[in-house]
Amino acid sequence: MSMSEPFTIEQFYKFLAQGKLMAGKCQKCGKIHLPPRPLCDKCFHQEFTWVTVPGKGKLLTYTVIHVAPQQFQEKAPYAVGIIQLENNLKLPGMITAISPEQLHIGMDLTIDFTACDNTKPWPQWPRYCFKPT
Amino acid sequence: MNGKSLVSIVSAGLSKFGKNEGLYARELFAEAVKEAFDRCPRLEPKRDVKAMFVGHMGESYEHQGHTASTVADWSGLLNIPATRTEAACASSGAALQSGIYAVLSGLADVVLVGGVEKMTHRSTTEVTEYLAMASDYPFEQWHGITFPGLYALMATAHMHKYGTTESQLAAIAVKNHYHGTLNPKAHMQKEITLEKALNSRTIASPLKLYDCSLITDGASCAIITKPELANKFTDQPVHIIGTGQASDTIGLYERQSLTSLQAAKLAAKKAYTMAAVKPEDIEVAEVHDCFTIAEIIAYEDLGFCLTGEGGKLAESGETRLGERLPVNTSGGLKAKGHPVGATGTGQAYEMYLQLTGQTDQRQVKNAKIGLTHNVGGSGATATVHIYRSGQQ
Repeated sequence: MSMSEPFTIEQFYKFLAQGKLMAGKCQKCGKIHLPPRPLCDKCFHQEFTWVTVPGKGKLLTYTVIHVAPQQFQEKAPYAVGIIQLENNLKLPGMITAISPEQLHIGMDLTIDFTACDNTKPWPQWPRYCFKPT
Repeated sequence: MNGKSLVSIVSAGLSKFGKNEGLYARELFAEAVKEAFDRCPRLEPKRDVKAMFVGHMGESYEHQGHTASTVADWSGLLNIPATRTEAACASSGAALQSGIYAVLSGLADVVLVGGVEKMTHRSTTEVTEYLAMASDYPFEQWHGITFPGLYALMATAHMHKYGTTESQLAAIAVKNHYHGTLNPKAHMQKEITLEKALNSRTIASPLKLYDCSLITDGASCAIITKPELANKFTDQPVHIIGTGQASDTIGLYERQSLTSLQAAKLAAKKAYTMAAVKPEDIEVAEVHDCFTIAEIIAYEDLGFCLTGEGGKLAESGETRLGERLPVNTSGGLKAKGHPVGATGTGQAYEMYLQLTGQTDQRQVKNAKIGLTHNVGGSGATATVHIYRSGQQ
């Protein structure tokens, strides 16, 4: 992969559209930023390397949203959670393919790129989600 | 003796909170300002007020930005510097701290701080979207996470870690609705039962309708000055003896803890240290109960109980009027209402009334030391202020 891609939120989502969960690793202090940032919040360095983050993790917390914003109303009620990945990285996202009563803290989840809607024209970002492992 | 006075509140005002149909934000703000001027006849507004800081979260509601100059204009305070502060639901907590900076800098000796929001003419769907703007767009809003959703994520984590129950959450709602019945300016004026709260419809599990604060119209303000000038304007000042503000990651998912707000703990630590006051010295508090779980977490972050015991404190009844530490005597965001930009200085208004003995039936007897806690968004901003009655 080219190392010239900018360490931006847009690029993060472009990788997602390709089925890759990528983070920016600071070349100076080694801190991994998910999502990538232009400035390391630990050492203020500005040079990074893309690293692949395994898309498996554990559910830290969750909720089932019943009252949704306009664009999500047809999905409601839907589950969202915060997922603990490796290296103390975390990501929020929707959790699919599970009934609400089966959700529990600590359960194993895997990122699902196939759920991403990649058909919409950029800059509509693809939406990843998580499903039970 | 506690810390010295940083600034003194010499007056304060609050519009009626509720559904104020047919009124613009600027007109609500003028209502609050008029009360503050009427309470302080020795103040000559055009001569004395040197600057304004106004909290306001959203221009989407009225298609009106440039809020500070707009409300200065409509308040008869033309030509003075008027600056808007925006920190989501902590916008006017930030206005209060900005006003303190201004007074302490020496550049303005009398400052009007306030806040306003006009919300109820918009649909719940629209308000849900506008409020969500205070959260992280690309990683929270984009994935359908609402504001109640963010606090629901904290509630789930708190219940799992500490055994906090839905009944303990509901106890906050029952208490604050009771307090609201004692406040003629509160949006909600009726008591609710625990059963009613527990049986209300789910908004974002485990949070139900009665776990959520209200969509409300309202405005609030306070007039602050140098302590040495306070007695020029009033015989009953309230001194601010501690101020703290802190920030945290915009995304809830990046926080170290999902069961406490680090910004609130940092702001509280600063304010307590400055005021030379301990949590057990606080006699009355207004805390940011945007959701019931938020008041439980506030108890812990402010040191009113041990970490993890906020739920137990909620159901113990000790934070009810007449008990050990009355919290949200105004009814809080839950029953007084939450016009987001007005909330921070609305809390300061309640503290001003409490510490000058002017709250009538919800008065905390002989209260001398009080605290306000105002949180922006899911906790990326928090402000804490500590107050001391001027009557020693």
